[in-house]
Amino acid sequence: MTILTQEQTKHITDRVLSFSKADECIVTVSGSRNGNIRFARNQVSTAGLADDTNISVTVAFGKRQGTATINEFDDKSLEKVVRRAEDLARLAPENPEFMPAVSKQEYKASQTFNAKTAAIDPEFRAQTAAYAIEACKKNKLVAAGFFTDGNQISSVANSNGVYGHQQQTSLDFTCTVRTEDGRGSGWVKRSASDANKFDAREAADVAIEKALRSVDAKALEPGRYTVILEPAATSELLGYMLFGFDARQTDEGRSFLSKKGGASRLGDKLFDQQVNIWADPWNPDVPVLPWDTENLIARKRMDLIKDGKVNALNYSQYWAKKKGVPATATPGNIIMAGTDKSTAELIANTKKGVLVTRTWYIRMVDPQSVLLTGLTRDGTFYIENGKIKYPIKNFRFNESPVTMLNNIEEIGKPVVIGGDEVPFQMLIPPMKVRDFNFTSLSDAV
Amino acid sequence: MERRTFLKIGAGTAGAMLVPVFGNAIAAEELLTAMPVAAKKALADIALNAATKAGASYCDVRIGRYLNQYIITRDLNVENVTNTESAGVGVRVVCNGAYGFAATNDMTPDGIAGAARQAVAIAKANAKLQSEPVRLAPVKGVGEVSWATPIVKDWRAVPIKDKAELLIAANKAGMDAGASFMQSMLFQVNQQKYFASTDGSYIDQDLQRMWAPFSATAVDKASGKFRSRNGLSTPVGMGYEYLDARKEDKIKAAGGVATLYTKSYDIVEDARAAGRDAKRKLTAKSVTPGKYDLMLSPEHLYLTIHESVGHPTELDRVLGYEANYAGTSFATLDKWESKSFKYGSPLVNIVADKTTPGSLGNVGYDDEGVKTKRWDIIKDGILVSYQATRDQAHIIGKEESDGCSYADSWSNVQFQRMPNVSLQAGQKKLTPDEMVKDIKKGIYIVGEGSFSIDQQRYNFQFGGQLFYEIKNGKIGQMLEDVAYQSNTQDFWNACTAICDERDWRMGGSFFDGKGQPPQISIVSHGSSTARFNGINVINTARKIG
Repeated sequence: MTILTQEQTKHITDRVLSFSKADECIVTVSGSRNGNIRFARNQVSTAGLADDTNISVTVAFGKRQGTATINEFDDKSLEKVVRRAEDLARLAPENPEFMPAVSKQEYKASQTFNAKTAAIDPEFRAQTAAYAIEACKKNKLVAAGFFTDGNQISSVANSNGVYGHQQQTSLDFTCTVRTEDGRGSGWVKRSASDANKFDAREAADVAIEKALRSVDAKALEPGRYTVILEPAATSELLGYMLFGFDARQTDEGRSFLSKKGGASRLGDKLFDQQVNIWADPWNPDVPVLPWDTENLIARKRMDLIKDGKVNALNYSQYWAKKKGVPATATPGNIIMAGTDKSTAELIANTKKGVLVTRTWYIRMVDPQSVLLTGLTRDGTFYIENGKIKYPIKNFRFNESPVTMLNNIEEIGKPVVIGGDEVPFQMLIPPMKVRDFNFTSLSDAV
Repeated sequence: MERRTFLKIGAGTAGAMLVPVFGNAIAAEELLTAMPVAAKKALADIALNAATKAGASYCDVRIGRYLNQYIITRDLNVENVTNTESAGVGVRVVCNGAYGFAATNDMTPDGIAGAARQAVAIAKANAKLQSEPVRLAPVKGVGEVSWATPIVKDWRAVPIKDKAELLIAANKAGMDAGASFMQSMLFQVNQQKYFASTDGSYIDQDLQRMWAPFSATAVDKASGKFRSRNGLSTPVGMGYEYLDARKEDKIKAAGGVATLYTKSYDIVEDARAAGRDAKRKLTAKSVTPGKYDLMLSPEHLYLTIHESVGHPTELDRVLGYEANYAGTSFATLDKWESKSFKYGSPLVNIVADKTTPGSLGNVGYDDEGVKTKRWDIIKDGILVSYQATRDQAHIIGKEESDGCSYADSWSNVQFQRMPNVSLQAGQKKLTPDEMVKDIKKGIYIVGEGSFSIDQQRYNFQFGGQLFYEIKNGKIGQMLEDVAYQSNTQDFWNACTAICDERDWRMGGSFFDGKGQPPQISIVSHGSSTARFNGINVINTARKIG
């Protein structure tokens, strides 16, 4: 499949809009070419390339809405998909909370495309896997991993004159390295939109070093520890917390940002002074589309937490109208301010603590306090007098990211990390946090 | 493991939902059309011939049409109704001892032959990197056969209006009973799967599944507290008849604390109870942490079985193929080879199966053309087997596959997926009410809550929907803020009683995630109410700000 050009998608969106007889029409053209390679037990297990292009048409008659999609682009097919959406809209029940399509938006382009990433081929993927496999064989270790790259286009238009088109590239690499006897395990994750910023050797070496260092872990008593959390250890925790930054949920009293008496914590200082978290589609390290793909509202920089204060909430179109405030675009990325300090510097400044490479299987225990549970995995170490002393067994934690962000002692330099179960590209720093709550031990390696 | 689910009730906030749409949206009347079997056979033969001509020693073809209908409601509003369709062909081959796979939605003879040739080309390329050739356990061709989920009422023929009204009625019942907010959904699935292989099988299957989850949330604005209670239904491999509630399918939980459901489900009644329960949770007693004897209902225990038995006995995990994502397993081959590894107490008998009617896993044949069956995983507490596909059977000395290779769509390659994995009912006559009488200090847990387990399946933590204190043989007050932590082997060895077959029923999941790129799978797990002694319970209440 060839990735459609702006000219081609503009022609498609114009034709679709011209066929519509509904009160309003929204059209999205999405195309993607995703390549991947998976390896395990020091050999490639699967490799593939998936191409897909799709046109989605949503129309409305009054408060009745219908959506249809198709992957053919001739006029007959385009007209068919519009009629199909119209048929569905006529059948649909009225939605009292229906909101009309957005008026014309200004989309300021973000640098989401990189030619080198778009040019990734099977050879590049195979080489990435080979670096890890060969280095592991040399060290009598076992590699398992997954590399995936994507080249996507997104075009949006509606009957109010909205139009946007942008191409995006991305890559994501994870690698788990285990000792042959299963007594040690290390892991690495690298995400980028620019392939120039990805170094497969460097990544594999990190996982190898952690695997070798993690053999024969000692058991520490569960309890509260000072921890140095690498970005992959906090990314999902932050993501879960940010799901709660929703104005409607907050006003309805069912978010951790709801307060007694029906008020919200908007404007309250809920976190340590050092905490600044925002979304910015134009950030060069984690660029995302300049529009919210769900409602086509133009994205802007959005400061969610400023100097520890809850600064902004997400307002859907419906809730914004109800509250008389502007609707917001859902953030596509999450950025947290940091310093220039490396993780090594954070370790050097630590008298006693625990270094956590990543956290795993995180689930919400209590949304009232955003209490999350999960486990450390693939590289957990004890630190004493500024040095990594020895590997330790993994812990289960029960901790709220709100508490975590109140107990920050030191922040490092932000790095790019893709979300696993949370849908954000993130640029977040390693953090040194006191009194992190480990509640039990795990024998898992 | 349930990861990347498209339904996250209570994910970021109580009642947050993420609903993806798989496939193309279509009109309701198009759901009832189907491709004639003869046309599928003709297409399959084109692929088989093209693959063997290109050099494949083995080829299988899966022609799939996947239909879904989602109905999403919030309070008294229908938020979304979507019909989706995804159709195409996946071709898997073995050539030069390696696998190759290609898929296309171009269902012309040329398109399918092209995919077959592409699969062979990929296999030839992969063969250069292959250290051991693929070894498939034999399968005897079955010729032209068909299998369909036994249903009474096809969901595709039920008007959307009727379904939407049922969900709104449930929401209204919940809100009338004390819930501040209600969300309910109906997920309906039809998979038309045609499988053909060079073994001489042409298998046409028509599968139906459905699920009607909801969440009731109560808010006390004065205290700022909110609590939720989810529905107690299970996803099923049945037709719409599951929502035609029958009196004989209702049973009372121990002490009458809840109504539970077997072969049909009264969503309005359950929603009403959920509204009451959510409100009561706001003032329930916060649990005192410590050791308790736990009495776990099947609606809860299914998930513990899934995580602590289902996943660790997947042979691909044991061998390290999932090391980079879902993880490996503590249940290593040496433990199985010893024939004496005490996974659980002698009461614990766990069976894998793909044949129980009404279960999510119930199909006639897997995606390798293997007839489904039933086999022991844990016998009298001892680990006796794993779950194996055709290319794994020889590793554990089996002559044939266990029939557990599946793909979640025509466009993905089939691989080892969990069958139904179920705890067998106790042999002695025992009801949940009788079980309570023997417990001095315990907690009765009904329904699934949060769940988390480590990457080798040792350490886990589970919550629930409803918690009741058990004191000196009697069910007492409702508790809140309960979660239990344990280790898989300790937990199953602490199993001291299992109710008899009268109490046996299934829970299940639409979203068992595994693989890279991730694929989802469906699975049911049955059990009767079971007792586990001396399990560590923690209190999950926290204050922030």
